[in-house]
Amino acid sequence: MGEPDLFKSGVENQWCPGCSNFGILTALQQALGKLGKRPHEVCLVSGIGQAAKLPHYLAANVFNGLHGRAIPAATGISVANPTLTTIVTSGDGDLYGEGGNHLLHALRRNPNLTVVVHNNELYALTKGQASPTTPLGEKTRLQFQGVEIEPLRMLAVAILQDAPFVARGFAGEIPTLSEILVQAIAQPGLSIVEVVQPCLTWGAHPAAWYRERTAPVPANHDPHDREAAIRLANDRERIWIGVLYRGTPRPVFASRYHDRTGRRPLAELPPLNPAEIARRLEPFRVKRTDVKEEKP
Amino acid sequence: MDLSVVIAGAAGEGVQTVGELFSRAALQEGYAVFGFQEYESRIRGGRSSFRIRLTSSPLNAPRLDADLLLALNPDAARAYRPLLRPDGLLLTDGEAGATPAPGTASLPFRRTAEALGDRRMANTLAAGSLAALLGMGPGSLDRAVTTLFGGKSREVEEKNLAAARRGIALFAEARVAGRKWAAPPKEAPSEAYLLTGNDALALGASAAGCRFMSAYPMSPSTEIITALARNEDLGVFTEQAEDEIAAINMALGASAAGARAMTATSGGGFALMVEALSLAGMIETPIVIVLAQRPGPATGLPTRTEQGDLLFALHAGHGEFPRLLLAPSDPRDAFEKMVRAFNLADRYQVPAIVLSDQLLADSLFTLSDLPVDRARPEPALARPGGAPPYQRYRLSPDGVSPRLYFGQGEDLVVVDSDEHDEAGHLTEDLAGMRPRMVEKRLKKGLALRAEIAPPETYQIEGAETILVGWGSTRGAIREAVDRRRTRGERVGALHFTELWPLPDVSLPKGARFVAVEGNATGQFARLLSSEYGLAFSGAVRRYDGLPITAQEIERGLDGRA
Repeated sequence: MGEPDLFKSGVENQWCPGCSNFGILTALQQALGKLGKRPHEVCLVSGIGQAAKLPHYLAANVFNGLHGRAIPAATGISVANPTLTTIVTSGDGDLYGEGGNHLLHALRRNPNLTVVVHNNELYALTKGQASPTTPLGEKTRLQFQGVEIEPLRMLAVAILQDAPFVARGFAGEIPTLSEILVQAIAQPGLSIVEVVQPCLTWGAHPAAWYRERTAPVPANHDPHDREAAIRLANDRERIWIGVLYRGTPRPVFASRYHDRTGRRPLAELPPLNPAEIARRLEPFRVKRTDVKEEKP
Repeated sequence: MDLSVVIAGAAGEGVQTVGELFSRAALQEGYAVFGFQEYESRIRGGRSSFRIRLTSSPLNAPRLDADLLLALNPDAARAYRPLLRPDGLLLTDGEAGATPAPGTASLPFRRTAEALGDRRMANTLAAGSLAALLGMGPGSLDRAVTTLFGGKSREVEEKNLAAARRGIALFAEARVAGRKWAAPPKEAPSEAYLLTGNDALALGASAAGCRFMSAYPMSPSTEIITALARNEDLGVFTEQAEDEIAAINMALGASAAGARAMTATSGGGFALMVEALSLAGMIETPIVIVLAQRPGPATGLPTRTEQGDLLFALHAGHGEFPRLLLAPSDPRDAFEKMVRAFNLADRYQVPAIVLSDQLLADSLFTLSDLPVDRARPEPALARPGGAPPYQRYRLSPDGVSPRLYFGQGEDLVVVDSDEHDEAGHLTEDLAGMRPRMVEKRLKKGLALRAEIAPPETYQIEGAETILVGWGSTRGAIREAVDRRRTRGERVGALHFTELWPLPDVSLPKGARFVAVEGNATGQFARLLSSEYGLAFSGAVRRYDGLPITAQEIERGLDGRA
């Protein structure tokens, strides 16, 4: 067990008072502590939105980049410094909307990342429009007649793509969430944790409404059973909390390169020496004298 | 004196193989070679050509007409015949006629290849005949064949060697008459490199210590990542991204985590990267972007050349931040500029854009040397463990803060696309931090400006007319200057390969300036006019998708004479 305060940041928090994002922040701090991580060993990566401010509120390295682009940035970070624990924390709009394509391709690549999706089912920072996860029919501050397009069930997609680790957490249940995060971070390759994160300001329902609908994943659920996992992920009546799926083990992105370089940060690798570059130029070099000698 | 050999055919027919074989053999033989490739955006069929210019010493400038035209099919013969000079020779595949039409000859490449048991050998046969036509010995061609096919298998190599010899014999048997053109004297350096701009950009990146490249395939930039992926011992991790947005964001992540990182694209892909270019400016994270220009707007002419993205590259990105813009003139310069781009991007923590174009990317240049020993990586990372707390954006006199990467030591590194304080955390301190951070970033641009090399001058002493160009047009401009000078005209040139920040220059007084560039709106002329107050009295512009030639420049000068 690490020191609980190790990951406390002194930065002023801009979230609404009582925001459920605080639950995710606490759970993440606890998880990192439980794993015995030190702040400099962790890199938090986010896009834009209220959720994407989380990295500033936790003592660690931070890459707070562009809206939707946390996953490619984090992929680059995890390749360039494989000694880091790289974690993406951003919202549903950021990761499923603006950056949805990158998540799909991360499922193919299997980078060594934990992706924490703060799912409040709407855009909060832009004041209450629909997000890719807003339920059908829900009225918002842009979809005045109710949302008319289907929500994206990304966890089912992740399971279908055989992601190594797929889980759902609830921001209102910090001990469970922190335990899920411990497992997600410990898992090599891509882990996706979608966290139900009720928005107190713009959300259609209070946190209690969500709490009533959550239930722990059944004790007899086999996380290697893909079809059962998809059923749990897609259930519209119950929000199942826990580890939904564990995929078939497969190589982590860039592992072939990392095996060759001893898993060192790329910055520590010595540059090629000029002789090696000159050797590489040989195929492009033409020596005229050789020809003359050959001629009869 | 020079000789232009054009090999024309359909895509997939072997134009490139014949061209590369012949180019290498010619260099081996003692000619300096410049090979320009033009092709359509398709995989099979259509029309394409390899225009190989042989000169006594390296000119490295394109010529578009032909002294010798080898047409691999009848359509190519019809389509490219107008390029043939009046005293030129058209060589086609067919039966050697008893009385060929004046200025033409046919040799049975395909039939002979079939007799050899492999239709594909027709290309090597044609290269052999072409070499024989110029009186080249078999030794040069053998070596070219070995270099190109030796890596495949002993069998493939031997088949091609035999075909090359057979091609030479075919030509000797046919006794082609009516030779009016003359080959230039062979005075090329005894040792030279024959390589394309893309080859040089890839090797330059490796020499610069680049460790990470992510890119989305786009002509004419794709060969850069291809070369790095093919040669894993160059040490660069390569990844084909799902789109250009991912490509540049991955590279920025890798760079923030300490790796020298790059991406490469063309206009449309660069357009997708623009938001992240601005991010690089904001988070002060170095990155090198090769922008291989092709004609736009939109998809434009995907396989053709243009210098149409200069002002786009200069102004791309929302907000104000410094950047480095380099435009190499040839592969030697490209090799050196890549190292320079990485070093300066690192030192000033800015994005560096290396402007290439299809002419530079795809053409074969003859270069007597490459600055392998001189161009070395100069890492600019700080050392961890300084007086705490570490602040990624600590204010400093020249705006450059000590840069650590994620996990380099125990110091925490915070980078943020929002306006931030010295520690990297969000700020809305409008009175204090915002203006200081704006000024910090812009100060780096001023410091960077002091690093920029002045433009190259050529025959500028006493010149009455000064041609002003940038990037890949250097060879054509110098050739045009030489041609005017031999006629006693006082023409010189000023050539820029470091475009932004613009260097301090002292411009010759009293000369008339003519801007030479491959776009329709005179982008570079406008830039120099606004920055230097330079008034141009003429312009040579080309925007049909083909490169600027000395001939074209001369026509332009004559039109204004």
